[in-house]
Parts: sequence; structure tokens; C-alpha cells
Amino acid sequence: MKNAETENFSIEPERYELAEWARNWELDRRQFFKTLGCGVVVLFLVESLLAQETGGGGRRGGRGGRRPTELSAWLHIGEDGTVTVFTGKAEMGQNIRTSLTQAVAEELRAPISSIKLVMGDTQLTPFDMGTFGSRTTPDMAVQLHKVGAAAREALLDLAAETWKADRGSLTVADGKVTRNGSNDSLSFGELTKGQKLVKTVDDSSPRTPAEKWKIAGTSVPKVDGRDFVTGKHKYASDFKLPGMLHGKILRPSVFEATLVSVDTKKAEAMPGVTVVRDGDFIGVTAADELTATRGLEAIHAEWKGQPQPSSAEIYDYLKKNVTEGQGRGASPHAVGSIEDGLKVADEKLKQSYNIAYIAHTPLEPRAAVAEWKDGKVTIWTGTQVPFGIRGGVASALGTPQEDVRIIVPDTGSAYGGKHAGSNYAGNHTGDPALEAARLAKAAGKPVKVVWTRQEEFTWSYFRPAGVIDVTSGVMSDGTLTAWEFHNYNSGPSGINTPYEVPNVWIQFHSTKYPLRQGSYRGLAATANHFARESHMDELANAIKMDPVEFRLKNLKDERLKAVLESAAKTFGWGNQKGSEGHGFGLGCGNEKGSYFATFAEVLADRSTGSVRVVRAVTAFDCGAVVNPDGLKNQIEGAMMMGLGGALFEAIEFSNGMITNPHLADYRVPRFADAPKVEIVLLDRKDIPSAGAGETPIMGIAPAIGNAIFNATGIRLRSMPMVPDGLKS
Amino acid sequence: MAKVTELHVNGKDVTLDVDGERSLLSVLRDDLDLTGSKYGCGEGQCGACTVLLDGVPTRSCITAVGSVGQRKVATIESLEQDGKLHPLQQAFLDAGAMQCGYCTSGMLMSGYALLQKIPNPSVAEIIRSMNGNICRCGTYQRIITAIKEGAKVLQGGAK
Repeated sequence: MKNAETENFSIEPERYELAEWARNWELDRRQFFKTLGCGVVVLFLVESLLAQETGGGGRRGGRGGRRPTELSAWLHIGEDGTVTVFTGKAEMGQNIRTSLTQAVAEELRAPISSIKLVMGDTQLTPFDMGTFGSRTTPDMAVQLHKVGAAAREALLDLAAETWKADRGSLTVADGKVTRNGSNDSLSFGELTKGQKLVKTVDDSSPRTPAEKWKIAGTSVPKVDGRDFVTGKHKYASDFKLPGMLHGKILRPSVFEATLVSVDTKKAEAMPGVTVVRDGDFIGVTAADELTATRGLEAIHAEWKGQPQPSSAEIYDYLKKNVTEGQGRGASPHAVGSIEDGLKVADEKLKQSYNIAYIAHTPLEPRAAVAEWKDGKVTIWTGTQVPFGIRGGVASALGTPQEDVRIIVPDTGSAYGGKHAGSNYAGNHTGDPALEAARLAKAAGKPVKVVWTRQEEFTWSYFRPAGVIDVTSGVMSDGTLTAWEFHNYNSGPSGINTPYEVPNVWIQFHSTKYPLRQGSYRGLAATANHFARESHMDELANAIKMDPVEFRLKNLKDERLKAVLESAAKTFGWGNQKGSEGHGFGLGCGNEKGSYFATFAEVLADRSTGSVRVVRAVTAFDCGAVVNPDGLKNQIEGAMMMGLGGALFEAIEFSNGMITNPHLADYRVPRFADAPKVEIVLLDRKDIPSAGAGETPIMGIAPAIGNAIFNATGIRLRSMPMVPDGLKS
Repeated sequence: MAKVTELHVNGKDVTLDVDGERSLLSVLRDDLDLTGSKYGCGEGQCGACTVLLDGVPTRSCITAVGSVGQRKVATIESLEQDGKLHPLQQAFLDAGAMQCGYCTSGMLMSGYALLQKIPNPSVAEIIRSMNGNICRCGTYQRIITAIKEGAKVLQGGAK
């Protein structure tokens, strides 16, 4: 029996996010002022990721013992007082353009409107691994606080020097420095005029503690909200360049198919259509999208596929195709003996839970516009990993990395679905940035590629399907004695139980899998919480104990207990007992530094099969709250999204084809599905803020499943639970 | 299909020369640079492309431009007048009724059409009328709040 360290279960990124991209940020410091004019620049330096990964190998290499550092973010205050912040993070609806602006405004004591963020541009912003794993708030926001604080100190120094005054007699507020007890004040622009000042900060630099926040911690509205309600905001798919063509890509008939023959003559003869061929990559361009689509349809291609597993047999397939010994969580987390734990149990339970493949379905499909000039390509695209895309495009086209520029306009959502990683793995179809770049190179003109909804449903990647087997033991007083938990393929995130159990065996099993799979908001923690929290409900039922009381009895974690008790109180747990067709349920847990408890009230009608979630409450603790309304919005949205995967979303496939690649066949939550929602925030100013875009998705599925059981006595162990309605 | 040479869009007559089989959405976006209307599915299922034809909310992605004829097209770009937001746009901002914003144009046009027809809709009426519009970020309750608030302001006169 192998014992794994607990750490094995807490490292992010997950296995899908481990793509190793070369990093390259060449802009010389002197270039700052050449490019931006005079002013004050503050650079945030982090220890080189390369050095971290190689265990401090960066100590070698003749840098006088200093560990190599990399730029992570930077800020410039121009001579006109404009504050510009540069970060490689990308905005896609999680509202970080606003929350990161708050971090800088807080420290600079400057109005939100005076600060502009340049995000996700590989030429202007420092290398960033990508926007995923809920890392923006715990990492980038902290860095920008420190950058802002250092900039404020620099401005104070400049003012003190100008006035020959003591720094202690000066105050920074509202974008200017004033001399206490006088009318003397200098704006940021007046202070930075003619300056060429560079400061560097790092992790050890100071920042304002959350208890003293005045701008951070408040519900600042979305900074560029007006551009969205007027339709002015330009997503990648909205970019238009002079002479731009529209591109379409020939897709294989089924996954893994090989091209047998292709006849492009008819398409080539069509007016305005150009066919581009580069090995197996075949695309067309035309001045408008309809002509390009017609050209694509005129291409006759024969493909050879082979039999592949279908969604009907997926769970058997995963269990039968285990590839042990790979990936994080592959070695078990084991304590005590399951056998001993089961021996002393009054009740034993063994159950299996299934999770279907689901699609992110971002409302903005993948899109890119590429333009070549003098051997260099600029690509506007919606992605979570601009630097990853840069590396992928550069290596696929044999173009030096510095000649590829990726710009990420604020994107029409991603939910973990706009990574490059798995899409570049030896595959020529998979990312519109590369597709647009290829076509634009061949055409000698800018090209836009926007995936159709059907392409989005077929050629992106999915949240992994999985099987989770749980064996447990409990004493009649509610004490857990044994917990054995095996996850097949869906992933190890959130696999550990927060409950106190003396005998534990928890293990993730890699398997072969039939579809391209990857990150999805919350990763496998949603599946693992569904299985764990459903199973806990089954155990509570087996010993006839209240499900809240049962959980509290087995919890020591104070933060988890606090959200559970808080949500139960707001929900009114226990005020009303479940009755036929009307039930109540909950799910709770913690992941990525955030704690949640979600309660749901469900109406389930056996005669019609309808299941409706009428009310839901989530209590949430992610440390110090950065933007209460923004956070509530994320929690509400995550619950809504989670409801889809819980009740009806499932990708269906057969022999290498997705058989429901349309919104008419793949049901996502709509207005009529939206429950009344109440959010309780436990604002812990004493605890560093964690990211919160992912974790609140995890509680709703078990809460709904447990409420359905409460209403009907029917236990549903497969997500989605009621794709075709409730069946008695 | 025959060429389309003129359209009436956002209060203006525009001349153009496009294949009538092209979607109204692609002509608005690619030929008239009105990119506020979005492509979400191309199947009339998500509502991101919603525009008004003579005041009727219409899925421009499945509407051939050749079928528009003399009808007046209104897009999201027409809601703001003289630099002043329409009360419904302001209500969306006040309610924080968006995350990524990609559905917002379609939501506003569908909501605007609803308020033209039913000035003071109930929640049930809002749900029934908006159910064809998808917000993947899940801000449905906020959009309902925004439409109710917008209705209040419109009924009470200009804000």
C-alpha cells in the first residue's frame, strides 16, 4: 500500500494545464519610455517559473547566485497622469478587468476611471501562463496591489523632493498628492512629467491590508459596462480589417479519420473562392462567409474512420480501459484500513456515480482574425492562454515566436474551454488562431475564422466523462468509519474528502477515453462533489440522521462548518419537511481556497416527469471579498451553469461523431430553468482572497439530487440526472 | 436569389449590393459594420443575433437578407440616442445584468421588444418572452430584474 502526500491532491494546474510553453518577453526597459513617453514605471518581478520547475536550477548560470526573475506585470504612469497597467491575464466575463483595476486604484488612491488595463497581448504584456485555475485573484491581484503601492510611494518621493517636504506631511488621494494643512497639491501627471523612473517590486513588497481597503472590497460596477450594453465592445469575432477574407476549414468526417482522397476542382472553379491546401489541412477563403461556406461544401473528400466507442457504453468503456500509474492522484491517498473501518460500521454502502461528457458552449464560439505583415503575424483571438497560442502557432508554422503576436480582446466567455493545450497536441485542426494564420498566409490578406456552433460542439474539447465508485461505513451515531473513493477518468480535483474519517482510500484512475477532453470550470471537483455529497446524503438517510447534522458531526474545518450553518439558516433548513413532489437538499465542500454550501428546493412531478429547481441558497467564503456584487454574480452564474450539467446537459456520440452538436439538441439552462437564488457572503478580511469563478459551481448538482430524493425517494446517481425527465 | 440593393437600418436608408441568400446578420456585421448583433448558433436557438424587423424581434442569423424587403431593421446600435442610454440599457448596467456580455445585445433587443408590447410585464411574461435568449454566464435573474426596472423607468417617464 502506497501512501501519498496530501499535497498530491492540492496542486494546480491540473493535468490538462501542464502545457510547457516557451516564454519570451523581450522589451528592453529603456523601450518603455521610448514607447510610452516619460513617467514612472513599476515592474513586478517573480522568480523564474523555469527555476521553480527545475528545483532552483536557475542558481546555476553565472548570475552571481541570484535566482533568475521574470517580469509578471507592470504599470506606467504617464506625463498626463494616465495610469496604464499591463497584465497577461484575459477577461472573459469573470470581471477581472474591474477587480484588478480595483487593486491598483486601492493602492494608488486614484479613481477607477483614471486606470486602464492592457490585458492578454503577447507584445505588450509580460508572459503569463494563462487565465485558469482561479489564480487571477490570489496571484495577479496581489501583485498589482504591490505594484500600485510602490507607485504610490514613488509619487510621494517625487512630491517630497519637489516641495522639499517630509514624506509624512503628504497625503495621496483622488489621483493627486497634497501637502497636509495647505492647498498645495500635485497631480500624478505633474509629478511624473519628465521623469524616467523605474522601480521593481516582488513578493516581499508591502500592500494595504484588506481591513483598510476603501476601493477594493466594494461593488465597483463593470468598468467598461457601457460598451457592452451599446454593442460597441469588439470581441475577436467582431474584428474587421481592410481586404479581410472569411475562412472555412474542411473537417474530417469523424474523429481520428484519415484523408483518403479529395477533389477540390469544383470549389476552385467557383468565383471568389480560393482553396488552400497544406498537407491534410484544407481550407477555403472568400470575401463573404456564405461564399466561403459554399466553397467548402463543393469540396468532395473521402475519409476513412474506424469503429469508436459511443456514449451508450461510455461508463463500461472507462472502467475497462484503465491505464494505471499516470497523472496526479494516480497513487492513492490512503490512511488506515478500509477493511477494518467496514468491520466496525453499523451501515455499509457501496454505490457508483456517473458523469457524462459535457460541452462548455461559450456563447461566443472560437474565433480569430489573422494578419501577416513583413513575415510577422498578428492574431486577435478569444483565448485563456495567449502565450500558449503564440507558442503553438509559432511551432506549427515554423515562425519565430517573436514574430507571432496574440491579442485577446475581452472574450465572450470560456469556462475553461478556451485553452490551447490539447488542441495543439499533434493536431492540425483545433484552433482558429492557427487556422486563420494559415489561411491568411496563403491568401496574402487578413482572414477571419469563426467556428460554427456545430464546429464548436465537435472540434473543441469536453469536460471528461467519469465513473466514481464509493464504498463507505458509518456507525449509527453518525461517525464515519470508512471511505473508499475511486474516480475513473473524470479527474482528481476535489477528490479528497473534507470529512473526518479514520480509514480512507482515495484514488484517481487514468483511463483511455474516446473524446478530446480538457479543462472545464471547476474541473473534476464538480463530479467528485456530486458523488461525495450524494453519498453522504445516502449515508444520512441510512442511519436516519438529519443530513446537515450528519455533516457537522463529521467536520472539523471551521470555515466549512460556517458556510454550512450560514446557508442552512438563510435557506430555513428544517422549517419545512419534504413531501411528495417537494424536496430539499444540500451539498457542501471546499476547493481552490473557497468554501461553499448550496441548498436547493425542488418540485418534482412523477406523473409528468418534470423537475424544477425553484429556490437555491449558497453561502460562500473565499477570504476577503474583492467585489461583493461581482462575486455574487459569479456565484449565481456558476450555480445556473452547474444546474445544466446536473439536470440535462450531455454530449452524445457514436463512432467518432457528436450526434447532438446543436443548441436545439444540447440543452443548456434558460430563463425558465432559473431558480430564485440567494447568496450569503462570509467576508473574511483576515484571510487572503481566493479566486471564486469556479468553486461555486460545485454544490448545486448534489443539492438538487438530494432534493429530488427528498421529494420522490428516487436516488439519481448519474449526471445529468433527468435528461429525459424524471422516470419512476 | 436576387441581389439586395437597399435596406432600411436604424432609421437610415442604406444602399448595398449583396447576395440575397446571405443572412441578415452577416450583412449587418460584415457589410454595414454593425457588429453589436452577435453570431451564437446560426440556428435561431440562442437569440444573440436578435434585431427588430418593424418592431418584431427576429433572429437575424436565420433571416435571409433578401426576405427583409421594406421592413425597418433596428439593431442594438439604435438604442442609445444622442449619447444617452435607453433606460433598459441603464437598467442592465444598474443590475449588473451581464458577465461576458456576448448575449447582452440580443437580450436588450428582445427585452426592448417585450416592453413595447407589454409595458409592465410580470416575471412569468418576461420568462415566456425571453426564454429563446441564452445567457451561458447564467445572469437570468439579473436580466429579469433589469427588465422590470427598465419598465418602471419607462412608465414613469424619462429618468
